[in-house]
Amino acid sequence: MIALAGASALIIVWVLYTIFLHVPDEKDQGAIFRIIYFHVPSAMTAAACALAAFIASLLYLWRRDLRYDAVAVSVTEGALLFGAVVLVTGMIWARIIWGIWWTWDARLTSTLVSWLMYAGYLMLRRAVEEPTERARNSAVLSIFIFPGVYITWKSIEWWRTQHPGPVLSIRSGGGMAPGMESPIYINLLALLCLAAVLAMLRYNQEKRRRELDSLRRTVHAI
Amino acid sequence: MRFLRQTFVICQKDLRAELRSKEALNASLAFSVVILLLFSFAFDPTAEQTREISGGLLWLVFAFAGALILNRSFARELANDCLDALVASPVPGSALFLGKAIANFVLLLAIEFICLPVFGVFYNVRWTTHLGALTLILVLGTWGLTVIGTMFSALTVNLRLRELMLPVLCYPIMIPCLLPAIQLSTVVIAGQPLGPDMMEGLRLLVGFDVIFTVLALALVETVLIG
Repeated sequence: MIALAGASALIIVWVLYTIFLHVPDEKDQGAIFRIIYFHVPSAMTAAACALAAFIASLLYLWRRDLRYDAVAVSVTEGALLFGAVVLVTGMIWARIIWGIWWTWDARLTSTLVSWLMYAGYLMLRRAVEEPTERARNSAVLSIFIFPGVYITWKSIEWWRTQHPGPVLSIRSGGGMAPGMESPIYINLLALLCLAAVLAMLRYNQEKRRRELDSLRRTVHAI
Repeated sequence: MRFLRQTFVICQKDLRAELRSKEALNASLAFSVVILLLFSFAFDPTAEQTREISGGLLWLVFAFAGALILNRSFARELANDCLDALVASPVPGSALFLGKAIANFVLLLAIEFICLPVFGVFYNVRWTTHLGALTLILVLGTWGLTVIGTMFSALTVNLRLRELMLPVLCYPIMIPCLLPAIQLSTVVIAGQPLGPDMMEGLRLLVGFDVIFTVLALALVETVLIG
């Protein structure tokens, strides 16, 4: 875990160095375009966390093992964190390029809605006392939320939005120069490592909490 | 066949209980009329302006009214441990869910058709020009709301903050259904027929209904029984 965290930190430093000292300003946008190197990888990391939460929830309902529930809540918090990064960096970029902080287009709205739904997931967890009932209900909720994440991902293709369309070559077949595009993927690797480290930390916390709960119950029984 | 009969029995039971007590029905009807009244103070209800926002106005009223009905749907069974009895009965969870969803759907649709004339009178809007298209949108949109709402009613039935948690969880998930319903209703109430450019909205509505009905039917057993 420490190795993963170290690798993530090293890559982020390298990416910061590269984008500020080597990558030139973009022709139309100027310096602010560099926010893409954190905005897009954060969005992908948040989506990956959401997918992991969906899979962990399915696995919980299938296997009924509380460890999957712990995984689900850990990665959901990762999705919320990186989702917040996406929203904030996007707003900063929008303020410079569009002149406004926020606009109600399909991409922005669906991102915010998905983010709010995951916040609702954490609220639901707070409201249920009994661990297996909490795990079951939140797993069902997580599965219900996931189509919204898919809509968010596809929204720039389905609707004409103010948000820029797909710019990465893997989705649109060219757009950015290779030298300008590669730091995005490298930073994605760093942020995925970071998300994994955070999820592991949270997972350990959840494990301890479960141990404490069972100890407390044993004491009560005695 | 057996499944359909079980669904029908549950639906009949819910509707009968509601029509005898009328507690959710009266409350949500009164609530919708009050909201319609309040909206008239939020802006100048001249004919032109109202036509542009009529869909949004109506669907907000329906979503609020729906939350009141849906809240009661499973909470009504808590007294005398009726929910445990229903779960223990030979009716499968999916039939229980579907019966309740259909009952809620009928109730909400009835409220909508009472609200529409009130809306037409208060805001001077002729909403009957394309009644068939409007009914289609209402049916599709309301089914989306009731499927999500009934499912989350089952999910939140044991919570302390049930009345609060249901709308907080429901409304964001309902947005992909509310959005096309609002847009299509606005167009239809303004007197235009459903053109080919409206098909995307209809597809989104149908897709939403199908996906979440299937999801809910598949998962409701786990929520109710464990």
